[in-house]
Amino acid sequence: MASASASAFEYAPAPESRSVVDIAPSYGLFIDGEFTEAADGKVFKTVSPSTEEVLSEVAQAGAEDVERAVKAARKAFASWSALPGSERAKYLFRIARIIQERSRELAVLETLDNGKPIKETRDADLPLVAAHFFYYAGWADKLGHAGYGANPRPLGVAGQVIPWNFPLLMLAWKIAPALATGNTVVLKPAETTPLSALFFADICRQAGLPKGVVNILPGYGDAGAALVAHPDVNKVAFTGSTAVGKEIARTVAGTHKKVTLELGGKGANIVFDDAPIDQAVEGIVNGIFFNQGQVCCAGSRLLVQESIEEELLDSLKRRLSTLRLGDPLDKNTDIGAINSAEQLARITSLVDAGQAEGAERWSPACELPSSGYWFAPTLFTQVTQAHRIARDEIFGPVLSVLTFRTPDEAVAKANNTPYGLSAGIWTEKGSRILAVANKLRAGVIWSNTFNKFDPTSPFGGYKESGFGREGGRHGLEAYLDV
Amino acid sequence: MSDKTETVARLSVFKTYKLYVGGKFPRSESGRVYEVSDQKDKWLANAPLASRKDARDAVVAARKAFGAWSGATAYNRGQILYRVAEMLEGRREQFVREVAEAEGLSKSKAAAQVDAAIDRWVWYAGWTDKIAQVVGGGNPVAGPFFNLSSPEPTGVVAVLAPQESSFLGLVSVIAPVIATGNTAIVIASEKSPLPALSLGEVLATSDLPGGVVNVLSGRTAEIAAPLAAHQDVNAIDLTGADETLATELEVAAADNLKRVLRPQPVDNAGWSADPGTGRMTAFLETKTVWHPTGSLGASGSAY
Repeated sequence: MASASASAFEYAPAPESRSVVDIAPSYGLFIDGEFTEAADGKVFKTVSPSTEEVLSEVAQAGAEDVERAVKAARKAFASWSALPGSERAKYLFRIARIIQERSRELAVLETLDNGKPIKETRDADLPLVAAHFFYYAGWADKLGHAGYGANPRPLGVAGQVIPWNFPLLMLAWKIAPALATGNTVVLKPAETTPLSALFFADICRQAGLPKGVVNILPGYGDAGAALVAHPDVNKVAFTGSTAVGKEIARTVAGTHKKVTLELGGKGANIVFDDAPIDQAVEGIVNGIFFNQGQVCCAGSRLLVQESIEEELLDSLKRRLSTLRLGDPLDKNTDIGAINSAEQLARITSLVDAGQAEGAERWSPACELPSSGYWFAPTLFTQVTQAHRIARDEIFGPVLSVLTFRTPDEAVAKANNTPYGLSAGIWTEKGSRILAVANKLRAGVIWSNTFNKFDPTSPFGGYKESGFGREGGRHGLEAYLDV
Repeated sequence: MSDKTETVARLSVFKTYKLYVGGKFPRSESGRVYEVSDQKDKWLANAPLASRKDARDAVVAARKAFGAWSGATAYNRGQILYRVAEMLEGRREQFVREVAEAEGLSKSKAAAQVDAAIDRWVWYAGWTDKIAQVVGGGNPVAGPFFNLSSPEPTGVVAVLAPQESSFLGLVSVIAPVIATGNTAIVIASEKSPLPALSLGEVLATSDLPGGVVNVLSGRTAEIAAPLAAHQDVNAIDLTGADETLATELEVAAADNLKRVLRPQPVDNAGWSADPGTGRMTAFLETKTVWHPTGSLGASGSAY
């Protein structure tokens, strides 16, 4: 809320320079090592969500392009999978290093195309992207030690479909383990954030990666569906909505395709009465307002013990009043733009439903920029488990607050969801952390912290949050014939 | 007169084969049975023809049992699985006869199957407190955090037992599911369900809590369909499904994103090869827990 005069902290604008990145007026598909037009000549525009400025015009992949890309990946598979692991490793190390070298450029690019604050792309996305490639690079010549047998084999061509919330990071989560294990890749970035994947294509070129090993197909859902259904794809990896995840699971039924799905969530952040309030407040803010809440593992349900509800909410509201929303390229910005008009409409409609169903809505005084897609940090109290805002994934900066009295009640409420991706626990009592963590049906549990990620740490959900794990030794399994 | 009665052969007592659900032995709620014959079409018994309602009842029983079974110590689960092997050993002759009749095997070949099945229980009994160390562990994250990944059971698992291997195959699909703390609803081989129904009697006397394993007999397709679509079933093992049925069930299973183990090629020796850990890991979730490590600097601990 840079312009809110009530704020105790006024900051002068501190914009990161965009001159560090050179966005071409148009981009092609990246197939078999070459940029190429779509077979039917279709293109689409990608805009900056914070200004609605058109950043570039990008070729739009269709079924025919999927065919070409899969063919290229299949052709490249023979020699790529036959390379000694130590040679594949060196390609991945090269990629990791080039990403580090170009990280400032990529951070600005990602912020422009996605709308998230430069603080996050610079300090979270890009370091994690480089680390992910560095981590899996080292596995490429050690697969026999990974616990999947002496000589685990790659699957073949991996079809990968990724979302717009962490475009380059999700690309890294998909491509790094796939290449390390000897697979080749056809990846479709999201239609609202194609640019960083296309810059990654250039990094592959700089690294001298053999052509066809990585193919990038910007496009819409139809291209993703064609890729998933392609008979010569051996492995499907998807991150995105649960509804699309279920459709993919139906598509691959009866085939030999191996599948990993990383889907939605409705994470519970549980705060007990003995929690360190200031740290918990930071964790709650990080849990739901990181990346504008457009995070599958967001802590979107705050479960607070009744006896400290008032104290915690007072602190939380005070903290929210100091968040700065605005220009994502400003280094002081905490809250950036919502990624698209569609996503903004979805958030708005769920928030409206929350109000209509009787929950109490609160936002700090917050001036929204006049152009672009914006949503103020929002908090709902008086929320019941039946409210849509407590059940549906909002994927926006909206926190639903519920209360509990006993640890058993907290666990029951936390688990009362078809999702099971993440959860948080805040308490000073170690045995309570372990007891509650043990009962939560979720793949990632953050205790006295939230939204921490690391390439060595397996990530993925229980129940309808999907299956398979990405990251760590566990992440190799999805790309091996085991 | 007394001489005459002594020459009449004693009439044996037939067993009424029943389902095994929630630790009890109900008939099918539908009241239906079907004839089970040996390989030469000789009548062996009437087996319950379980209905969709029986399947749903079994899910309720399996869900009810999940909390305590998954919460039991791994050591305790191991002892109970070993107890199953002990009970099977005592009923060895019965199972040899049932397997011989079901699969048309000689007595010695059937005995080999039963022995291998008992040994497999023992093998899985030993796995309960080791699998977490093999597939879990600490992760060296780049920050001041303790980070631990541990396997946890997926939940309620529907198991379509193999159609051919009525006992060794059956044991090979049940034991790995429950060793790790899942609970199971098992659909017995359609043609040869009797060893599976007898296994229920063994499980009932092995300290295995009721509901951990539930055994249904009948038409595989009829029972499997409601299980694959059931919102409170977390996973399905399609071993006993043919290609068409497996595809249909996998589509239905997508509705709540069940974990699906597709039919795997069976080794030539018929389930005798080292099974590896794959049938356990198919029904495990990985949970990763983070906690700050703090520091012991002059400023004290820090989150």
